[in-house]
Amino acid sequence: MNANSSWVFWRAFARNKGAVLGLVILAGVLTLALFASVFFPGDPWDMATAPFQPPLSDGAPLGSDMLGRDIAAGIAHGARVSLLIGLTSTAAALAIGVTLGALAGFHGGWVDDAIMRFTELFQTIPNFVLAVVLVAIFTPSLTTIVAAIAIVSWPPLARLARGEFMSLRNREFVQAAITTGQSNSSIILRQILPNSLSPIIVSASLMVATAILLESSLSFLGLGDPNAMSWGYMIGAARTVIRQAWWMSFFPGLAIILTVLALNLVGEGLNDALNPKLARSRG
Amino acid sequence: MLGFAQLFASRLVKALAILIAIVVMNFFLVHAAPGDPAMVMAGEAGAADEKFVAQLREQFGLNRPLYEQLATYVGKIAQGDLGFSYRQQRPVWSILAERLPATLILTLTAFALALAAGVALGTLAAITVGTWADSAITVVALLAYATPIYWIGLMMSLLFSIQLGWLPAFGYETIGAGYTGLAHAADVAQHLVLPVVTLALFYMAGYARLTRASMLEVRGQDFVKTAKAKGLTPTRVVTRHILRNAILPVITVAGIQAGQLVGGSILIETVFAWPGIGRLAFEAVLQRDYQVLLGIFLVTSVMVILFNILTDILYGLVDPRIQAAR
Repeated sequence: MNANSSWVFWRAFARNKGAVLGLVILAGVLTLALFASVFFPGDPWDMATAPFQPPLSDGAPLGSDMLGRDIAAGIAHGARVSLLIGLTSTAAALAIGVTLGALAGFHGGWVDDAIMRFTELFQTIPNFVLAVVLVAIFTPSLTTIVAAIAIVSWPPLARLARGEFMSLRNREFVQAAITTGQSNSSIILRQILPNSLSPIIVSASLMVATAILLESSLSFLGLGDPNAMSWGYMIGAARTVIRQAWWMSFFPGLAIILTVLALNLVGEGLNDALNPKLARSRG
Repeated sequence: MLGFAQLFASRLVKALAILIAIVVMNFFLVHAAPGDPAMVMAGEAGAADEKFVAQLREQFGLNRPLYEQLATYVGKIAQGDLGFSYRQQRPVWSILAERLPATLILTLTAFALALAAGVALGTLAAITVGTWADSAITVVALLAYATPIYWIGLMMSLLFSIQLGWLPAFGYETIGAGYTGLAHAADVAQHLVLPVVTLALFYMAGYARLTRASMLEVRGQDFVKTAKAKGLTPTRVVTRHILRNAILPVITVAGIQAGQLVGGSILIETVFAWPGIGRLAFEAVLQRDYQVLLGIFLVTSVMVILFNILTDILYGLVDPRIQAAR
């Protein structure tokens, strides 16, 4: 992308005020995640102060939990886990979904039929239940959580990629590439994929948000990585003492809302900038 | 009616195929679980001596080839045998059957509420487009999309039952109250309010946005202009002409999202101690009771298939053209 076209892109993106706000919030969350151990040195699992300290008390600006752990430190370190899992599981879902969708859309016929049946199966299965089953059976760890989230979230991406590939396959430039004898893999990777990228990027940015929500739900149920502090875990652990200590579950929840909201806003901004035609019809 | 029957039959065949695929998947998940299933079962039963494990292997045919085991498994499922929970010392199906009604009440009520309220709010937003009501609905929808439902549940119980004391915070009924008849129904309904509203909120937001967008699109079409030109009242144009067409994509999406709704009940039932399948899933996760967990996976999948058939029927009712078209 040259300087001029990136300026055009930025202007289209910035026309959506919500998207700019989202970008600012996201930058904040990213800074918090990157510098978590600078802002809050030490292990977030360690006792920092007395248990059940309300917000604005000494050494615990957002209060402390049942074991005297600092809520603010937990949120900062939890940001790492949320963003890490959100990004990697989306990347994995992209790999599965776009590959299957590309094959189905490009080849058509029985390949398309078989892949679409498979996709439909995964769309029917209650995806959160499957994620819970997978993580519980293969024991919770960052890897199993990322894999489970990817396995339950690829179908919409496959459908999207298939649609794009199907419509682009009959365009002149692809037909020209076929006539000049390029191999299928080169046509898929170098001709069609770059041209179908913008809707895929928009969906992927929204999927990071969904993945973060999924991860938080899993760790809320106690299926988080036992070594990684996460927002969902903090809420789940504080659930039983909400009557005495609202802050333990309130602030981590706020962190999730802000992050997911920011990602959704950025996704919509990308949509406006990359698919101007679609943006208008969405109303 | 023939068209509808045909559509229904083809949907049933498809549902059956999906069901079989899920059963096969379940079988491989049992085998993928770390450790030999016999060891896992022995561990769950609390005894792990060599003889008991060997006896379990023999009893469950774990020493036979995989395809034979698969056939036995599918056969058992077809007879309604979902396995045995050694943790609870009961057949999995009887545990699930006991919990199923509570989950059905919760998810069906939430589904109906989400659809009705979502369409109503979306319609309101579409006819007041550009005003404060429209913006308010859009903002609420955006927030509802970003908020984890279990957190909404916790905050709702904090506000409405702990602070204000209006509604019970957890459970299915008042324990030990001994209500019967109508008083019992009213008691259960009171306990139902918070879980249902929490579960419905997220989907309601989605349906509201979708209805709004869809109505704005349909509004400009020729048949709507004709209806207006005929001199029909605005209410009639909105309800009979615009809404009836605009609601179709909403029903389609509602059908696709049914699975998420059923999955969401795990979180809601955990928060509100609602004694259904979802709460059972949470307990099974804590106890690592894989047999029960896999049973839940199967039963919730069946629920999703039934929800999908329900939305198909709904679709047929709203749009009679569908019978001729398919």
